[in-house]
Amino acid sequence: MGKPKVATASLAGCFGCHMSLLDIDDKILKLVELVEFNKSPVDDIKKFTERCAVGLIEGGCANEENAHNLQDFRRNCDILISVGDCAIMGGIPAMRNGIPLQECLQKAYLEGPTIYNPTGKAPNGPDIPLLLDKVYPCSEIVKMDYHLPGCPPPAETLWQALVALLTDKPLDLPYELIKYD
Amino acid sequence: MADITFKIDNVDIKGKPGQTIMEAADAAGIYIPRLCTYEGLQPHGSCRVCTVFVNGRAQAACTQPIAEGITVDNSSEEVQQIRKDIIEMLFVEGNHYCMFCEKSGNCELQALAYRLGVLAPKYPYLFPKRDIDASHKDIFIDRNRCVLCGRCVRASQDIDGKNVFEFVDRGPDKRVAVNSEAKLSDTEIDVTDKAVEVCPVGALLKKRVGYAVPIGERLYDNKPIGSEIENKNQSS
Ligand code: SF4
Ligand code: FES
Repeated sequence: MGKPKVATASLAGCFGCHMSLLDIDDKILKLVELVEFNKSPVDDIKKFTERCAVGLIEGGCANEENAHNLQDFRRNCDILISVGDCAIMGGIPAMRNGIPLQECLQKAYLEGPTIYNPTGKAPNGPDIPLLLDKVYPCSEIVKMDYHLPGCPPPAETLWQALVALLTDKPLDLPYELIKYD
Repeated sequence: MADITFKIDNVDIKGKPGQTIMEAADAAGIYIPRLCTYEGLQPHGSCRVCTVFVNGRAQAACTQPIAEGITVDNSSEEVQQIRKDIIEMLFVEGNHYCMFCEKSGNCELQALAYRLGVLAPKYPYLFPKRDIDASHKDIFIDRNRCVLCGRCVRASQDIDGKNVFEFVDRGPDKRVAVNSEAKLSDTEIDVTDKAVEVCPVGALLKKRVGYAVPIGERLYDNKPIGSEIENKNQSS
């Protein structure tokens, strides 16, 4: 059977949550003993090669590619975890949710004070993922099994959660580790 | 007048006639979670975070008077779940971006969620469209974060004697407005007003003082909301 497999993804996130995972310092060596990484930016594996026990998702879904990627994770992982506030509620990217998409693009690519854009158009093309009408929390696209809040979640939160899951123990986070900022 | 004796979670409590359940509990060092209530302001009874079961019926502890022989449930799973549900609904009903909010770490809504162990709301986010009023030179309102507790309304009326705030509209459109039907800068509000101080969240804030306290030293970074009341008990 071998070690349990873990996959990770950064959707509409800033990679801060992945950084926090690296922040477990020398425990990373223990982690590598405990698990094997599959599809993840950590080892640059681009496609699932095996079924995974745990999928860690950073970021919400801002475009079509994010949503498809998340669905791919749901198909290939037994347990999916929203890691961080963006995965849980959309985070900073979701600030656009109150503004029509057209207006956002207009401001970002045409009207902003520092913009130089002689084409006069927002970028568009088959290789650019289509933006969704708003940024969706992961749980609104697929079923998410657990949520670890924080921006980013403290390294210790990620560590304790992973260890609890992999050793089949209940996760009981202490007060200091539940944080939304 | 004689003391009133009653029970909270099977512990005998003595209170004075006329006290609410919350006041008697506070005096006894028992914390009942709360949001719209603020010491020194009339209780509002609107948020229902202080829900307890009195002889088996749900009541707001901040408005319900104590009575001889009642039994109050302040800790059963059912009561905790009701409070959790209310806090979760408040989170999805507004736009609460804790990651950049000046109030984070000192916010009572966030602190309640921490204390109740909310990892994420179970309801879908509504992402409502709400307005900001930054017209005043020293104060701003960010309605994205307002939980409609009415503290500012009461403080302005009863303590500052100014009547700066009021609620307008109903249901999902209900919001806090200023009395001039214009901007915050058109009102008599002053940065030293009680109304500015009482907001439990980051909806009514002073300008240019945000983020002054470093992470780790803020009000609720290390100890849960309510521990000041509970510690009172231990030390006496
Ligand atoms: S602005 Fe603050 S004090 Fe006023 S009703 Fe909203 S949350 Fe309460
Ligand atoms: S604190 Fe009692 S209803 Fe809000």
